[in-house]
Amino acid sequence: MMKANNKVGLVFFPAFDWAISPTHPEREERLLYTQDQLFEEGIADIEGIHFINPIKAESKDIQRVHFCVPTVEDRLTQSHYISAGGAIKAFQSVMDKEVDKAFALVRPPGHHAQRVVYGDRGFCIVNVEAVMIERIRQQYENLRVAIVDTDCHHGDGTEDIYWNDRDTLFISIHQDGRTLYPGTGSIDEFGGPGAYGYNINIPLPPHTGEEGFLYTLDNVVLPILDEYKPDVVINSAGQDNHYSDPITNMNFTAQGYAQLTHRLNPDVAVLEGGYSIEGALPYVNLGILLAMAGMDYSHVKEPDYDKEKLKQSSRVTEHVKQVCDLVYNRWKNREQLRSKLFNGTDHVERSRRIYFDTDNILETQTQRFSLCPRCSGLSTIDSRSDGGQRIFAITIPRDGCSNCVDAGYKLYRDTSLKYTNVYLSDRVHDVFQSKGRRGT
Amino acid sequence: MIIGLDMGGTHVDAVLMDGGRVIHAVKNPINRQDALESIWAALKQLLSGYGQSKIDRIHLSTTVSTNAIVEGKAAPVGMIIQKGPGLPHDFSDCGEERIFVSGYTDHRGTVIKDLDPEEIEQGITVFKEKNIQNCAVVTKFSTRNPSHELAIRDQIKHGLAFVTMGHTLSGKLNFPRRVYTAYLNAAVYSAFKEFSNNIKRALVREGIHAPLYVLKADGGTISLEKAEEKPVETILSGPAASFMGISAMLGTDEDAVLLDIGGTTTDIFFLADGVPLFEPWGIDIGPYKTLVRAIYSTSIGLGGDSGIQIRDGRIRIGPTREGRPYAFGGPKPTPTDAMVVLGLINEGDKTRAWECMGALGRELNASAEETAKDILKAMGERIKNTVNQLLDKINARPVYTVRELLHGKTLKPKRIHVIGGPAKALAPILEEAFGLPCHYPEHYDVANAVGAALAKTTTEITLFADTSEGVLLVPELGIRQPIPRNFSADQARERAALLLKEQAISLGAKQSEMEVEITEQSAFNMVRNFYNTGQNIRVTAQVQPGILYRFRGD
Repeated sequence: MMKANNKVGLVFFPAFDWAISPTHPEREERLLYTQDQLFEEGIADIEGIHFINPIKAESKDIQRVHFCVPTVEDRLTQSHYISAGGAIKAFQSVMDKEVDKAFALVRPPGHHAQRVVYGDRGFCIVNVEAVMIERIRQQYENLRVAIVDTDCHHGDGTEDIYWNDRDTLFISIHQDGRTLYPGTGSIDEFGGPGAYGYNINIPLPPHTGEEGFLYTLDNVVLPILDEYKPDVVINSAGQDNHYSDPITNMNFTAQGYAQLTHRLNPDVAVLEGGYSIEGALPYVNLGILLAMAGMDYSHVKEPDYDKEKLKQSSRVTEHVKQVCDLVYNRWKNREQLRSKLFNGTDHVERSRRIYFDTDNILETQTQRFSLCPRCSGLSTIDSRSDGGQRIFAITIPRDGCSNCVDAGYKLYRDTSLKYTNVYLSDRVHDVFQSKGRRGT
Repeated sequence: MIIGLDMGGTHVDAVLMDGGRVIHAVKNPINRQDALESIWAALKQLLSGYGQSKIDRIHLSTTVSTNAIVEGKAAPVGMIIQKGPGLPHDFSDCGEERIFVSGYTDHRGTVIKDLDPEEIEQGITVFKEKNIQNCAVVTKFSTRNPSHELAIRDQIKHGLAFVTMGHTLSGKLNFPRRVYTAYLNAAVYSAFKEFSNNIKRALVREGIHAPLYVLKADGGTISLEKAEEKPVETILSGPAASFMGISAMLGTDEDAVLLDIGGTTTDIFFLADGVPLFEPWGIDIGPYKTLVRAIYSTSIGLGGDSGIQIRDGRIRIGPTREGRPYAFGGPKPTPTDAMVVLGLINEGDKTRAWECMGALGRELNASAEETAKDILKAMGERIKNTVNQLLDKINARPVYTVRELLHGKTLKPKRIHVIGGPAKALAPILEEAFGLPCHYPEHYDVANAVGAALAKTTTEITLFADTSEGVLLVPELGIRQPIPRNFSADQARERAALLLKEQAISLGAKQSEMEVEITEQSAFNMVRNFYNTGQNIRVTAQVQPGILYRFRGD
C-alpha cells in the first residue's frame, strides 16, 4: 500500500445535490469526474490521506467577514455554509495536529465575495478562505497568514476583505484583468493605508504556461513569503489557469499545478474556480493532493498533455519577467511608497462600483479608512445597490485600539436610519450588531 | 432440509435444518491437512439416520481459498496491468510476473491511447517460460470501459488455465483494489477448483444430489459452479457465517451491535435499521485491500480464553490466547476462570479457578471474587470502548451531498446481540457497560453453521449509463450496450433491478427469496457549452443478505 509522507486531511465535498442553476458551470456535475479519478486511483486507501467531512459554518462565522444584506440567512444556501465549514474543518484539523496539511475540495467557491454581500458574484457569495481564517483566529490564536491565490481570476473578494490588514498578506496571481473578469487586480492595487504593500497582484499575460507560473512563484511569491514569515500559508487553489479551461486563456497544466503546490508548500489549500470538469479538474486535483502529501506526482498528466504545444512564447516569457520585476521592486519599496502616499493624511477614501454578475445587481460604495497611530484604524463602507438598499457598515479591526473601539460604537449609535441597514463588526470583541429593516 | 457447514479455525460445525429448526448438529475438530476430509466426516455424521434424498441444499462456509493464501499454496499469477498516468503503483507485492502495458482509458470510458499487442505478446512469452497458468488482467477505468481488458484476455487466453478480468469482479472504481482482487481470484482459482471437483465427485459417489452453495464474505451464498469463476468471493466467509447466525437467531429492525465472543477473539458487527453494515470498499485479505463485498467486521484479541496479567496494578486481558483456561488445565488465568469463580459456568476445576483468581487478587489487594468481577467488568469496558471507536469512524464516513451531511443517518445502537461461549455470562455485564439491552440466543454454540444454512443468495451490480455517449455498462455482468439518448434514470433503475434478479437466479437464488434493493442512485446532467448533452447515471443494486427461514428453538 502507498503511504503519504505528509499526513493530509482531504475535505472532499462535491455537493452533488446543489447547483446555482441547471446549466451553470457551478453545478452538480462539477466534481463528479474528480471523484471518479480520486476513487479510481485508490486515494482512499493511501496511508496518511484522511477523508474528513465538513462541518456547517455558523452565521457568526460569516458575520466576522461579511456584511450580508439584509442578513446572512437571506443570502446563503446550505451549500455555502458547508463549503465554508469544509474549509474551517480542514484548517482545524491542521491546527489540532491531526494532519500536517489539509485540502478543502469544496464548492461553491468564494474568492470573489467581498465585505458587502448583496448576492452572488463570480459564482461566490461567501469568501470561504476568509471565513475560515477568521474562525481559526478567533478559536485558536491571532495567526499571521499569507494567502496565495492561484485562481486565474483576480481574487478581488479576498483583496477587499484584507485590504487594510497587514497581518494577512494577500498575493493573487491571475490573468491580466484587462483581458478577463473581474477586470481588477492591477499591480498598483497595493492595500489600504494600514496595510500598504500587503496586497500584491501579479497580473500575467494570456497564454502563460508552466514556465511563467513557476518563474513567478520562484522569483516573486517565494521571496516575499520568505521575508513576510507567515505562520501559515493558505492556497486559494483555483484551477482555471489550465489550458483546457473554457472561460480563461492560460496554458497551465496538472504537472505545473502539482509543482507549484510542491514548492509553495501550503498548510491549507482551498478549491476556488476551475470549470474544465473533465479535462483538467480530475488531474489537477490529483496533482495538488499528491504534492501536498509529499508523494510522487510525476506521472499525473492529462490524457492530451503535450509539453511542446503548451510551451509559452518568448514574448510571454519576457512580459512575465517584467511584471515580476515590477511587483518585487514595489514590495521592496513598500514603506517608502506608503509614506509618500499617506503621510500627513488622517483618512483615505475610495469609491467603487461592484457588479454582482451572477445575480445582476449593481453596487456603488465608498470605503473610508481612518489612519490611527495605535492600530489599523476604523473603516466604514457606505453602500447602495440598484435594488434600493443603502447600508452603512463599520469595522473595528482585530488590532483596534480602545479609542477606535469607542469611536466605532459611537458611530454605530449615531448613524441614523436613513440607511436601510447599519452594521457594526467589532473584531476586537468578536461582536456583530445590526439595526434597520430586514429586507426580503 | 438444508445442511449448513462452517469450517472455522479449529472446528467444523455442521447442522441439519428443517425450516428454521435444527434437527441434528455436529462439532468436530478440523483436519488442517485435508479440508475435504473434514467436511466429509462432518457430513456423514450429520446425515447418519437421515435420508439423503430429503436434502434440498447444502451451504458451505469454507476456508479453502483463505488457506491457499495464508499457507502460501496460491498459484503463481501472471499479471497484465495497464496503469496509465496517475499514481506510480508498482504492485510488486502481487503476482509472480507483472507486465505493464501501454494504452489508457479515461474516467468517461474514452480510450485515449490504444494497446500495443507486441507488449502483450512479450508477456505471453514470459508466462510460458515460467509456466504460469493463471493470469489476471486489469486496466485503469475498466469499469467504465472494459474493451482493453477484453482485448488482452482474447490475446492471451489460449494455453492458459484461467484468466480473470478486473471489471468482472466489481463495478466499483478503485484500480489498486481491482488489481489485488483480480490477483487473489487468479491465485486461489486452482485450489478452489480442485476442492470443488473433489466435493462434486464425492457427492455423486454418495448419491447426494442437492445443489451446493458456498458462503461469501457478504453474508450471502453463491452456487458452487459460479464460485469456481469467482473463488475470491469465498474468502473469509467465517465472520459472515457468525453474523448470519446471530441475525437468524435474533432479529431486529433497529440499530444494533452484534458480537461473537469466542475463545480467542471477539468479532464486532453492526446493523443499521436491522440491515447489515458493509465494508465501504471491500474486505482486507491479509495485506491486500480488495473489492470483495463483505459485511463490516472487526476482530479484537479478546475472548473467554485470553490470558490475563496484572500490569501497573491494572488488569490486562489478551490479546493472545496462551492455551486453555487455568480451570481446564491451562497455564494462565482467563476470563473463563473468572466466570467459573462467579458460578456463571459450571464446568472446569473450581479449585484451580479460585486459586488463579486468588493469586491475581493478591496483586490487586482484592479477594478472588472481587477480582473475577473486575475482570469481567474490564472485558465489558474494553468491548464498549472498541465499539465506540468504531462507531465514531463509521459515523465520520465521508458523504458527498448536502442532504446527507445535514440529515444523513447516524448509527446509534439500541441493543446488543451476542453469541459465543461466554455470551450468557457476559450479557449482564455488557448491558451495564453499554447501558443497552443485551440479548443472547439459546443455541449459540452452532450459530455459525446455522448462519451458513439459512443464508440467502446475494449479489450486487453496478450500472453506469452515459446518455450523451449512448452507452450502458454493467461491468460485473460484462454488459456494454447502446441506449437511446432519452434513456432515463427511472429506466436505469428498472434495468438494474431486472438484471440483478437475472444475475441472482443464475447464482442460485430462487425468485421467491429475493428482495431487490437499490442502494445508490444518482443522475447528473452533463452540460457542455451551456447545453445539456445527456445524463450520467449511476445505480447500484443489491440482493441484500437475509435468512431463508426464521430460526426456531426447540
